[in-house]
Amino acid sequence: MIIDLQKFIANERPVWTELEATLNRLEAEPNAQLSLEKVQRFHELYERTAADLAKLTTYSSEPETRRFLENLVSRAYGDIHETREKRSRFSPLTWFFQTWPQTFRKHVRAFYLSVAITIAGCAFGGLAIAFDPGSKPVLMPFPHLLQDPAKRVAEEENSTYDRLQGHKTSFSAELMTHNTKVSILTLSLGMTWGIGTIIMLFYNGVILGAVAVDYIRAGQTKFLLGWLMPHGVIEIPAILIAGQAGFLLAVALIGRNRRVSFRTRLREVSGDVSTLIFGVALMLIWAGFIESFLSQYHEPVIPYEAKIAFGFVELVLLCLFLAKSGRKNSTE
Amino acid sequence: MKTSRLNIRTPEGIEFSQHIAGPVTRFLACLIDWFCIHVVLVLLGTIISLVAAVNANFAIAFYVIGLFVIGIGYGIVLEWIWRGQTIGKRLFRLRVVDVEGMRLQFNQIVIRNLLRFVDSLPVFYFVGGVTCWLNSKCQRLGDIAANTVVIRHPRLYEPDLDQVLAGKFNSLRQFPHLAARLRQNITPAEATIALQSLLRREEFDPIARVKLFEELATHFRAKVEFPAEATDGVTDEQFLRNILDLAYRSKN
Repeated sequence: MIIDLQKFIANERPVWTELEATLNRLEAEPNAQLSLEKVQRFHELYERTAADLAKLTTYSSEPETRRFLENLVSRAYGDIHETREKRSRFSPLTWFFQTWPQTFRKHVRAFYLSVAITIAGCAFGGLAIAFDPGSKPVLMPFPHLLQDPAKRVAEEENSTYDRLQGHKTSFSAELMTHNTKVSILTLSLGMTWGIGTIIMLFYNGVILGAVAVDYIRAGQTKFLLGWLMPHGVIEIPAILIAGQAGFLLAVALIGRNRRVSFRTRLREVSGDVSTLIFGVALMLIWAGFIESFLSQYHEPVIPYEAKIAFGFVELVLLCLFLAKSGRKNSTE
Repeated sequence: MKTSRLNIRTPEGIEFSQHIAGPVTRFLACLIDWFCIHVVLVLLGTIISLVAAVNANFAIAFYVIGLFVIGIGYGIVLEWIWRGQTIGKRLFRLRVVDVEGMRLQFNQIVIRNLLRFVDSLPVFYFVGGVTCWLNSKCQRLGDIAANTVVIRHPRLYEPDLDQVLAGKFNSLRQFPHLAARLRQNITPAEATIALQSLLRREEFDPIARVKLFEELATHFRAKVEFPAEATDGVTDEQFLRNILDLAYRSKN
């Protein structure tokens, strides 16, 4: 039986118009809080419009009105049926001292996997340089790393001018953005079932291991530590955490031994992935500053012991922060 | 199977669907967004050049960070403020929505925008484009990870039935019992065909239109047999209008 369409539209139009106005208001102000009466009215309007849609779909054949109502109902549905917790007001301090370290610990096994892959890369790079020093241009195709370590150290220590004078801020900005891009790529490649993330971490490890062994073989261990530790103890864990986030995506994608749907698995990790990558960005901002303003200065400007000690303190603080911060309020 | 509709069934048993945006429309919206980003960067560059006169080092740093933040933040900020839309998406009436019809969350926006890094590999969104083409809901990798889908809101107008139903005397209404029986016998699909054929009458070739209306009239005449005095001298097209008048308007 087909209903009297014109009468139906004339009777119901005020309801649809009111619902549309409410939705427009909610969409214009996402953080607006509706009073209880308004929420009840919104729900009533949604149910009535949904019922109109059902009636129209069952008894009438008018496609335009149906599409119009479908559009209204779909918009209202998202607001009415959302069950995920709506965050109250975002607090940067709570996020920094609680949410971020708690999220890190919650998925610490993925972090260990990142560490293991990077160590494997380090071992590969280190052994390759140790057994075949000629492989250096292949393993580290970057001009500034191809130089002989002893020669470089001599040049740095005898240098009388500050080659970064007038460029420190821009250099640190370039470091920050470049490293953040690499981290986001490492995270994003989690969508290749983790294969891309593994390759990125392994390759980073290869370069790190190769550089380390190259300097150690040349007897420049102290310079190496003084050069890399101040920024490296933050920058390297940041890349590892980006890998951790990438593995979260990969695990959700693979879903081995999980009986929940693919969408649910991805939905479960999306908040944690965002939290981790924002944490990584903060770490890389710090590392960028340190690399530009401290790491590039060597003896006699800054004693190596001071730089190593600074790096060591940073590492301890980072470990303490990630291991302990937010633990009291945590449910873990 | 590839589909152009996103179908959602609510707990109330209501089912609705939305148009999924195709890769070409999305790419065009993306081009508009790139243009907008470019304009912002040109403006930023102009400001930076003024700052550079005072401190070149600081100006370069500011530009490098601005380039990065605007490139990534453009999509995140606009999609968050405009609930799933950027300037390009607004122009093409596209919107990012949750794949299950839920409210779009900030995390989802962040993930779908960050994963542009892998979707844009190796150049011009090749990975994202191919994934979009192959995916049943036209999702790129970022959309899959974030559980989002881009839909298209076609411009909607409420129907104007008066253009086909208003006007002439309906001889079939003289027989209310037959009119009631007719309403019982017509299915929504049949009424839709008749309505659409009348709404689109100007689009048909004249000969094809006469033939179409004849076939439809014959079909509806077989549903309920009206007396000759009600149908004599009534053209097939007018007969269809009378049928629709009865179907959609139960009262005079």
